[in-house]
Amino acid sequence: MADIEKLEAFVTQVRRDIVRQVHKVSSGHPGGSLGCAEFISVLYQELMERKEGFDMDGIGEDLFFLSNGHISPVFYSVLARSGYFPVEELNTFRLLNSRLQGHPTTHEGLPGVRIASGSLGQGLSVAVGAAQAKKLNKDNHTIYTLMGDGELQEGQNWEAIMYASAKKVDNIIATVDLNGQQIDGSTDHVLNMGSVRAKFEAFGWIVLDIEQGNDVEAIVKGMNQAKDLSGNGKPVCVLLHTIMGNGVDFMMGTHAWHGKAPNDEQLASALAQNPETLGDY
Amino acid sequence: MKTYENTGSKDTRSGFGAGMTELGRTNPNVVSLCADLIGSLKIQTFIDENPERFFQIGIAEANMMGIAAGLTIGGKIPFTGTFANFSTGRVYDQIRQSIAYSDKNVKICASHAGLTLGEDGATHQILEDIGLMKMLPGMTVINTCDYNQTKAATIALADHVGPVYLRFGRPVVANFTPEDQKFEIGKAVQLQEGNDVTIVATGHLVWEALEACKVLNEKGITADVINIHTIKPLDAEAIIKSVKKTGCVVTAEEHNFLGGLGESVARELSLTHPVPQEYVATADTFGESGTPAQLMEKYGLNADAIVKAVEKVVARK
Ligand SMILES: Cc1ncc(C[n+]2csc(CCOP(=O)(O)OP(=O)(O)O)c2C)c(N)n1
Ligand SMILES: [Mg+2]
Repeated sequence: MADIEKLEAFVTQVRRDIVRQVHKVSSGHPGGSLGCAEFISVLYQELMERKEGFDMDGIGEDLFFLSNGHISPVFYSVLARSGYFPVEELNTFRLLNSRLQGHPTTHEGLPGVRIASGSLGQGLSVAVGAAQAKKLNKDNHTIYTLMGDGELQEGQNWEAIMYASAKKVDNIIATVDLNGQQIDGSTDHVLNMGSVRAKFEAFGWIVLDIEQGNDVEAIVKGMNQAKDLSGNGKPVCVLLHTIMGNGVDFMMGTHAWHGKAPNDEQLASALAQNPETLGDY
Repeated sequence: MKTYENTGSKDTRSGFGAGMTELGRTNPNVVSLCADLIGSLKIQTFIDENPERFFQIGIAEANMMGIAAGLTIGGKIPFTGTFANFSTGRVYDQIRQSIAYSDKNVKICASHAGLTLGEDGATHQILEDIGLMKMLPGMTVINTCDYNQTKAATIALADHVGPVYLRFGRPVVANFTPEDQKFEIGKAVQLQEGNDVTIVATGHLVWEALEACKVLNEKGITADVINIHTIKPLDAEAIIKSVKKTGCVVTAEEHNFLGGLGESVARELSLTHPVPQEYVATADTFGESGTPAQLMEKYGLNADAIVKAVEKVVARK
């Protein structure tokens, strides 16, 4: 059984890490990061079967691929607090000579990262390839991946979606951060995608909604269900309904904080709303 | 030595936005396309004034290039707008087949080029785009140096028939070229006259070349400084004329030394007038996160680096 309170405390600390990283360098993407804080925390702290340490091939463990690389602050915080590298290294986010690049990369050798992302729309294909490698290796573990809803507008995703079901890649659980926002406004305003569920279903995927995408318990329950649905000849898609900027009142539900850093006052307010739980770096 | 005054630092992308505003008012065939980066490309005024001539494509750059090609069939003059990486590498074959090979009148306008994009890091910092684009037959390649020149270039593109790649950047930089300049595609602009070396610079490196010139002057070295805003077609005549006088050349660009301005200059000189050349450019590497100034220093793309390159090339004569 998941310890919900412990997970929630973890998430609160991750939120602090997100706003502090972005504030320090006055750049980066807090909105999407905060919206996915619960999901990525639950993934690493509860759902994924992970080995000690890090090796690129990740044989004998579950793997996660972040396609919407701009939400690196949440990824870095969760990786650090899950033991992949020292938490203090979060201090170097986006600085010269850092392993914590603006968007995640393997180039600087940061443990926990298996592919560069940042240019949108490429992660799902990579995750599908990694899922097929697991099958070749007779490695009975799951590939998890996350992408943005705006990111779904990139055509390459639909090539990957078509391929994964045609090739019966059923050891992948692909999650869409359905926050309804992108840079120039709401996804409906920029490029209305209609029913994402119907599209995935038409492409032969099993689709599952997590309506409370910022509720730890709902995520645990929904993702366990997704896990049960996998391995049945079809890939599984999770539509994670989140609130962009969740947990920091003035950042919530708007695209305004997609890629904007808080000033000193705003940081203080954000931190006051999320008291320290595991200790700041 | 001429002195150039910075009339107030601005970003070159705002020059693009201002050029689009003017085109919106003067040329009814100009249409604008964007892939979820309106704010970054500074085209809000164009959109407000000409909503029916703006196409929000969503995050789908390949589709944007195809739609732009299609809009030319019927006489529209499409200006696409996204970051340089997503304007080139991301969509290379769409540009190659539907725009370059099909000879479509599309203006590919690319912001956030090079290292000076800064903290977003290497995934977004393309240093290969000049090479990619200049290799396409029929493609004109322009890299402007400041706000005024970017605005003038944007306006000039509408009257030029044929595909063009227009490259500009994110950071605020010196604005020093004339406000009322006439932008002539393919024509070099001589900024300084000297005897000892020719400095051929493009984009953000032009101002750095002028700064370097001051330091060199104190050391008793005088330079021809040539602003090459158009990398293709290259104004070889202007460069050769200068090099015949100075006997050596330094090229300076915010781009990989492979495939960039430096190689274009070297090719022309090797055919008619070979001289020692030094390259101020990145050395076959990806970029990284950091502030623009830190990155330009670390990767050797500032006035300092130009001074060093000049001293080296002069010694090789
Ligand atoms: C190929 C590509 N095009 C454009 C961008 C610029 N960009 C970064 S994030 C973003 C919006 C992404 O929207 P979404 O996936 O919904 O993420 P959210 O804003 O919800 O975090 C865009 C257009 C990019 N990084 N990559
Ligand atoms: Mg979104």
